[in-house]
Amino acid sequence: MRSPTTDSTSVPKRRLHLALSALFALSLWQVAAMMIGQAILLPSPLMVAARLLTIWQVPGCFQAILFTFSRIVSGFLLALLLGTVFGCLAGRFPLVRILLAPFAASIKTVPVASFIVICLIWFSTQQLTIFISFLIVFPVIYLNVLQGIKSADLALLETCYVFAIPWHRRVLYLWLPQLRPFLLSACSVGLGLAWKAGIAAEIIGIPAGSIGRMFYDAKLYLNTTDLIAWTVIVVVISILFEKAFVRLLQAFFHRLEKL
Amino acid sequence: MDVVLRSVQKRYGDQLVLSDLTANFPEGSITCIMGPSGCGKTTLLRLILGLEQADAGELLGIDVPKAAVFQEHRLFEAVSPVSNVAAVLPGRPDRSLLCEELSHLGLAHHLHVPTRTLSGGMKRRVALARAMLAPAALVVLDEPFTGLDLSSKEHAMSFVKRHAGEKTILLVTHDPTDPAFLDASTLWLTPNS
Repeated sequence: MRSPTTDSTSVPKRRLHLALSALFALSLWQVAAMMIGQAILLPSPLMVAARLLTIWQVPGCFQAILFTFSRIVSGFLLALLLGTVFGCLAGRFPLVRILLAPFAASIKTVPVASFIVICLIWFSTQQLTIFISFLIVFPVIYLNVLQGIKSADLALLETCYVFAIPWHRRVLYLWLPQLRPFLLSACSVGLGLAWKAGIAAEIIGIPAGSIGRMFYDAKLYLNTTDLIAWTVIVVVISILFEKAFVRLLQAFFHRLEKL
Repeated sequence: MDVVLRSVQKRYGDQLVLSDLTANFPEGSITCIMGPSGCGKTTLLRLILGLEQADAGELLGIDVPKAAVFQEHRLFEAVSPVSNVAAVLPGRPDRSLLCEELSHLGLAHHLHVPTRTLSGGMKRRVALARAMLAPAALVVLDEPFTGLDLSSKEHAMSFVKRHAGEKTILLVTHDPTDPAFLDASTLWLTPNS
């Protein structure tokens, strides 16, 4: 009898499933594009693939990717830093948690478009992406870190008290391993949100030399093929960066375990 | 400094756990605390460690550096056994010495793996090493040999004796042969001692 906890799907089998599902989705897309027959409404996957091969020749393509990437990642890293610091403070001092509660709640519930418009009034469009990415990721990191602190093992805290273990060792041996699953999950979710919100902000704010500007131009000229090609580029960069960053974090925690 | 208990009383709600307990644990001595389950052995240790407050009475000589083995292992599971011991030592401890000490407890092949991968008996020995190697004047061991086979237990008891030095050691056990092996005196607790 098969154990209910054993995942019997092997890696090659999972890859085959993934390839089959991708092939199915692409076929469906191709059929839909052929039925509609108008690239302005829905270009075929082959057209998008062909465009992806030539889009690099568009003037300012790499600069736009670099511009958007650097700003979204800056906003994310800032949120990671401040979210971790404030999450730790809120876990330690209830007053900080009480004072930050309305901010965390409102950032979570207010539509991102409202923030984008307000930010357009407050900041230059060049800084918009950083601020919006930060704003969307901050509550995710903050709330996850807070949850991690709150679910700390009280018995281990008692042990630290008895042995009078200094704070820097508590951070290294107790708090970082404790926060590991919370931070990994928050970073994975936060990075996806940072890209979604960052690109949305750029499409509304249209900063010069950004991916958002490319999206805006594609919309303006009803160039659906470019629109989808740029979407593919964003998705690929977002997934690659998320995987690389999460692996880096895992390597950091793994190194910690070797201490 | 001797650890002195004078008319110590502790209750949890309506349940009186320790009643008018008076005892003296001389500095540098080993005392085995014995008694049936529920008689207040662990409560007594928690009072001495400063983790609980007595309802009445006095506890003297407990404001010194302390170390403990708790009923649970209470180790930093993500890091190695060596790091668990190093965590309670001042400055930058000599890790090769720690490896040597842990090897005496049969952990030579598990020194640098995450502690969470160890068996219960191995974790118990790491907890014991941490308590005995810590720079403490008062060491409290709550059933430190639980889960150890006979050979491991003998090694562990020898380890305790070797590192006892001038430490005052209070050790909860259910094994009546332990006090003789450890050259320890015995405090018998009865319910509502």
